[in-house]
Amino acid sequence: MDEEYDVVVLGTGLTECILSGLLSVEGKKVLHMDRNDYYGGDSASLNLTQLYRQFRPDQSPPAELGRDRDYAVDLVPKFIIASGELTKILVHTDVTRYLEFKQIAGSFVYRDGKISKVPSTEMEAVKSPLMGLFEKRRAKKFFEFLQGWKDEDPATHQGIDLDKDSMRSVYEKFGLEPGTQDFIGHAMALYLDDDYIDKSARPAYDRIVLYTSSMARYGKSPYIYPLYGLGELPQSFARLSAIYGGTYMLDKQIDEIVTDADGKFVGVRSGTETVKAKQVIGDPSYFGAGAAKDGGKVRVMEEGKVIRAICILKHPIPGTDDSDSVQIIIPQNQVNRRNDIYIAMVSSTHNVCAKDVYVAIVSTIVETDKPELEIQPGLQLLGPIYDKFVSVSPIYMPTADGESDNIFITRSYDATSHFETVVEEVQDVWKRVIGKDLVLKKREVEVEQ
Amino acid sequence: MRGNAQFVRHGGREEGGGGKEHDGKLCPASASGRKGPLAFPRPTRAYPPVVARHSQLSPHCTAPLPSSSTMSKQLQFKLVLLGESAVGKSRHAPTLLVLRFVKDQFDDYRESTIGAAFLTQTVTLDDGTTVKFEIWDTAGQERYKSLAPMYYRNANCAVVVYDITQSASLEKARNWIRELQRQADPSIVIALCGNKSDLAARRQVTQEEAQKYAEEEGLMWAETSAKSGEGVSEIFTAIAKKLPTTAPPSSRTAGGRAGTSGGRAGVDLNKQHTEAGANEPCNC
Repeated sequence: MDEEYDVVVLGTGLTECILSGLLSVEGKKVLHMDRNDYYGGDSASLNLTQLYRQFRPDQSPPAELGRDRDYAVDLVPKFIIASGELTKILVHTDVTRYLEFKQIAGSFVYRDGKISKVPSTEMEAVKSPLMGLFEKRRAKKFFEFLQGWKDEDPATHQGIDLDKDSMRSVYEKFGLEPGTQDFIGHAMALYLDDDYIDKSARPAYDRIVLYTSSMARYGKSPYIYPLYGLGELPQSFARLSAIYGGTYMLDKQIDEIVTDADGKFVGVRSGTETVKAKQVIGDPSYFGAGAAKDGGKVRVMEEGKVIRAICILKHPIPGTDDSDSVQIIIPQNQVNRRNDIYIAMVSSTHNVCAKDVYVAIVSTIVETDKPELEIQPGLQLLGPIYDKFVSVSPIYMPTADGESDNIFITRSYDATSHFETVVEEVQDVWKRVIGKDLVLKKREVEVEQ
Repeated sequence: MRGNAQFVRHGGREEGGGGKEHDGKLCPASASGRKGPLAFPRPTRAYPPVVARHSQLSPHCTAPLPSSSTMSKQLQFKLVLLGESAVGKSRHAPTLLVLRFVKDQFDDYRESTIGAAFLTQTVTLDDGTTVKFEIWDTAGQERYKSLAPMYYRNANCAVVVYDITQSASLEKARNWIRELQRQADPSIVIALCGNKSDLAARRQVTQEEAQKYAEEEGLMWAETSAKSGEGVSEIFTAIAKKLPTTAPPSSRTAGGRAGTSGGRAGVDLNKQHTEAGANEPCNC
């Protein structure tokens, strides 16, 4: 560790690993460390031993769950939206060579006490119980309007200005019922709350288009998922980084972020060794998140909390047509909340657990001091729960942008159901670290002579 | 094994690492595969789309293909390399061994193989079966015990290298073999290679000692020299012969991306990509 690096990266979560990979490809000399002896940090997928070590240190996994190595239980429930930004980065960096993906079989939405499939084909849409006959016609007009929209052609605008008019006024123009608005805003635009309704319609339009184009790409749901769990994603970007010269050290205790008299970053101390670098990037847990205030500089602050309940089931979720993987969205209005409740379920089809086991994660943004009660509407949809691991995680964000002290702290993983905000975070940190926008440019073929 | 196997070098090459675009820009078949009369036969089973993209690109890029009835099997396997970490400026010994195998080169002091996701090399057996190795290097992640589970996942075979002039290196090789037995699929074929057979005068590890250990653990064993090339193609051919020639559909090859295993087929993220690239002119 006596060398000097351009960038030290702390934590091997997905955000940090994508950044590490892209920085190494860019030619930066990167040292990437993690205090854990496994890759992934908060976005890891754990085997049974690791899962129990984390949640129930004094208990060992029951034998009836099967082989330890068959399990890869995600800590953060997210899927990859097929036409989204993460897919672009995966393809651009070619880490797809290390990964295999499968579709998530279906996306469901909760309405009036039961769940229904978000239609993925015209046939499903016609049969869907989510809307009455006349409402279906109105919704059809609404979607045709979105599909036909061309910025440069006012004839397609039907008198609407996406940048000025609110989403509420767009819904009203097409006469959509509140239940349909819930469905569109939450199950398709994937908004967690209703704040978007009174804002400009453009972002909602973009999100609905992303959803429908992702749905159209592979057919069953807008989501894809990597075999062996989400923890494969950070590992693949870590390999990318290593292939381009990045150095990896797991199981390395980080004791101090060393700064000079002006508070600027100098290096990272582990035990008696200090490694120097020009810049440091890391997840909030390396910068005082959750630690008692010791009089040091406050670098991260809490933005809210997410509750996540990892539930092990011995059956598919009732009402999902025995799907091997699903997303279920419970829009906030349906259960008198401010934030939606999400359920993400995967199974042995995705090589994340033993056969006939299903792993569902119920999550939401915490609104009260009894978070476990808040996810009850989600837990109730699951049927008998074999075992449940509940965590309440603060979401941290940095207090400074890092430009003055070369300390760049990433945000915690949020409650959204996919990785789009993770990519936004990567782009944002990249811009601050490198000083220019992240451009995924085409590279020339390099043939070694 | 020696003498029976026909070793056909198809011109190994590096499969690009991240950030490189291959589509349609350069046709690997023209760059490497044309030398042999049987360049790149059409595979007889479904391959991972990503691999297919690189090994074949579009059909018009390849040499005329024999009809499928006369075709023999083509199999693909993931091979991982393990061995003592590189010291100083030297390259990782397993990497040197593979560069001899794939490129027939020896160059100890060059910069490490930056940007190669993995190397590929094809061996043709007596019965005409072609065995394509997708060879994964540790990319240095073994140095601080930071190899990801992904490295071992779906590996069909492993080459574990020790240095016959360093007795401590055999002990390290034993540690890697224990790690493979713990992390990799139980059916993995492991070859233990005593490298630097050209320096037999400085030998610290006897053939008897290594062979006895290999027998106890059920490993293949050979001495090789990455420098002179001695024994290198033989050990890879021997591995090729030992691998199951009828790959069961459930055992996915080549990093497990086959997507041919039961249930829903895998999803190819590169699909749109490839289609866009397929129409571009290729220089063959």
